[in-house]
Amino acid sequence: MIANQFLILAAALFSLGIYGLLIRRNIVLILLSVELMLNAVNINLVAFESMLNTTEALGQVFAIFVITVAAAEVGIGLAIVLMIFRNRRSANVDELNLMRW
Amino acid sequence: MSIGSWIGEPVNWVFLALGLAVLVSGFRVVTSKNVVHAALFLVGALAGTAGLFILLSAEFVAWVLVLVYIGAVVVLFLFGIMITRAPTGLDEGLDSEKKLGPALLSLAVFVMLAWGSIEAFGDNAVATTGAPTATEILGGALLGRFVIPFELVGFVLLAALVGGITIARRDLTPLEEEQRTSA
Repeated sequence: MIANQFLILAAALFSLGIYGLLIRRNIVLILLSVELMLNAVNINLVAFESMLNTTEALGQVFAIFVITVAAAEVGIGLAIVLMIFRNRRSANVDELNLMRW
Repeated sequence: MSIGSWIGEPVNWVFLALGLAVLVSGFRVVTSKNVVHAALFLVGALAGTAGLFILLSAEFVAWVLVLVYIGAVVVLFLFGIMITRAPTGLDEGLDSEKKLGPALLSLAVFVMLAWGSIEAFGDNAVATTGAPTATEILGGALLGRFVIPFELVGFVLLAALVGGITIARRDLTPLEEEQRTSA
């Protein structure tokens, strides 16, 4: 296995995440796309770790940190979505124009 | 490295199957017309990623991914979907109308990243000893060199969960507040 096969797969997954982030209107689906992008980064980190073989498995440690931060992000993101939905009866980003002028 | 010798390694067939599953699921996550299906396809993408991690001899990270993402995050997403969207059937209003620009942009990002990694890493092989990375090494790194980031990230998680509860909690109306204090 060469490193590039993993890196290119991760690049494709990251691009899919960007595409979803830009075309989706529903906030929950936007958060799903963000998860795809974070996942692509994790693949990169673990592939680099496997390529460089550091003594402390640094890439995997970083991947664990990314997973933790992603979990925190989802928790707080969904709480905000819930609050927005309760106040506006909608979870579409283009209908949230309260702060636009 | 030629395509012939690359495809000659059986482990690359496993990679192709897993990679294809990840890409197809990822594509369905961003294109599915059904919100619940999108969340379930994310499970497919994450499970494929866990398989890739096992290929890269990162067993511990793979199972952390399964536990944290598939076990907790996707369930949270399903809750969020159920609360914000009572009818879970097809919905045409999920996507914005303008798709060409985002498609071109993401294609450009893909070409840039892929070209960059081909230029930079060429045929660099990943080490496949077959043996998993000892969890002992990870634990030593997390509680040794990375102990302060580890504690910080734990604090971030706690703060995010407390913040999430505070944001999502419904505030009592003044009348309910009064009833509570008098009771």
